Amino acid sequence: MSDPLFEFLCRMGDNTLVLGHRVSEWCGVAPVLEEDIALANTALDLIGQTQLWLGLAGEVEGKGRDADKLAFHRDVWDFRNVLLVEQPNGDFGQTMMRQFLFDSWHLAYLKALMSSTNEQVAAIAEKSVKEVTYHLERSTDTVVGLGDGTAESHQRMQNALDRLYPYVGEMFLSDDVDAAMVEQGIAPDPASLREAFDAHLAEVMAEATLSIPTDDFAHKGGKTGVRHTEHLGHMLTQMQWLQRAYPDATW
Amino acid sequence: MYAQMIKSTGQGVKTLDEMEPQERAFQERIDAGGKIEPKDWMPEGYRKNLIRQIGQHGHSEIVGQLPEGNWITRAPTLERKAILLAKVQDEAGHGLYLYCAAETLGVTRDDLTRDLLSGKMKYSSIFNYPTLTWADMGAVGWLVDGAAIMNQVPLQRTSYGPYARAMVRICKEESFHQRQGFDIMMKMANGTEAQRKMAQDALNRFWFPSLMMFGPSDADSVHSAQSMAWKIKMNTNDELRQKFVDQTVPQAEYLGLTVPDENLKFNEETGHYDFSQPDWDEFFDVLKGNGPCNKERLEARNKAWDDGAWVREGMMAHAEKKRTSKIAAE
Repeated sequence: MSDPLFEFLCRMGDNTLVLGHRVSEWCGVAPVLEEDIALANTALDLIGQTQLWLGLAGEVEGKGRDADKLAFHRDVWDFRNVLLVEQPNGDFGQTMMRQFLFDSWHLAYLKALMSSTNEQVAAIAEKSVKEVTYHLERSTDTVVGLGDGTAESHQRMQNALDRLYPYVGEMFLSDDVDAAMVEQGIAPDPASLREAFDAHLAEVMAEATLSIPTDDFAHKGGKTGVRHTEHLGHMLTQMQWLQRAYPDATW
Repeated sequence: MYAQMIKSTGQGVKTLDEMEPQERAFQERIDAGGKIEPKDWMPEGYRKNLIRQIGQHGHSEIVGQLPEGNWITRAPTLERKAILLAKVQDEAGHGLYLYCAAETLGVTRDDLTRDLLSGKMKYSSIFNYPTLTWADMGAVGWLVDGAAIMNQVPLQRTSYGPYARAMVRICKEESFHQRQGFDIMMKMANGTEAQRKMAQDALNRFWFPSLMMFGPSDADSVHSAQSMAWKIKMNTNDELRQKFVDQTVPQAEYLGLTVPDENLKFNEETGHYDFSQPDWDEFFDVLKGNGPCNKERLEARNKAWDDGAWVREGMMAHAEKKRTSKIAAE
């Protein structure tokens, strides 16, 4: 295992990078102008957070890689994001359900990170919490509104939840990296956040009139990098293309 | 300039003596530099002309997201990606202010959207050109936003209050957009051979379409004369185009790039650059729908609107349920 702190920082930064990229794919084609603005704003926050997390990861690693080097010059197996965030956008409902599920975990995790023993981690978390509080507020409102909207919007949101629910469990899996972070007081055990997440999820889904799937099977392999989905590779071909095609250039 | 070929009454400009007292008072207020506000009396022609102009400007901001959105997912650094996202977010925001300003004139955003999607209302010709390399993100910021600013800065003094105020905010953001575009061009022009080639190629492709943004010469246009009398157009198209060329050519020289015009030359007598006119046949083709990307742009907007119908309906239905349950609870 490489340095667990580096691994942990890559997990944080890759989650925000991959989700930020996915959200940015919506540019100019949202259902309504206000959503164009909100989606761009969310993507912008996430990319900003990526610069901080991956920037720190590069420093910790100490091999001269900066945030851009990490973002644009690693291949699929080096990415440490959870599988949830690399899922394709699908329709607007799927995009917002993915956002809601991630935001719910993200906010709780960031709040815990604010009391990290690592001052830089605590500072990034503090900045991020402000942004992610708004992300969760918005994604919750959208999931509730569309779940409890028309018959069509309800069905689409139920489909989105059914499609994405198998990717929820991975956010709460703990491994050796997490154990090392807990031991050093840098980050909480993700498993410890599950109960509160489930309670919140039940509350919001009740309001949205959506049913939480009973099968709690969870796909995994993203945060360890062992087995990503096929989708991530395609995202990287687009995201990294310029950097890879013109390696000598600065931009 | 995001509004092109806007028609006014076509009647020619009346003198103060030819006007009824109400219209005369209106015109005198404009002549004195006063602002017209939504509840004030205004001639029907003024209202309609402004709806067309502000609407077209708003549509340009909305459609203008597409050529840049084309590169957000391929932006070469996190910083560039963030800047481009911020810029596109600003543009959607500009669309929103402009539609709001148009709504004060008695048209709804849905009406305007319908007219954009059906092709009845236009958006700036420039957004029908493709963005083919990363340098195009530089060229769009530098040239396209640069040309837009030429027109929008004077419009901060336009006679219609809500439009003038929207323009103040828009101009602040546009000047940041132009700077970021120039910054991309600097990096490219001072970069590797491939980057310099991309930068020159972007300038080659965007130079004349940028000059077209100001519209054909309107020195003799009755529409322009009326719009200028109403102060909803502050300068002629030729004046703005000249100003743009005068400002941009030294910038291109600074970048070490060549403006693709063999006739471009500084004229010592006039103190301005002489330059070639763009191909106006091409301009009219683009306006007719035959630009390189007209079909794609309108298809993308229509698809977004159609795909989003269930979302808008769902949100409305939910809001209605909340409203009725609130009434029932009271």
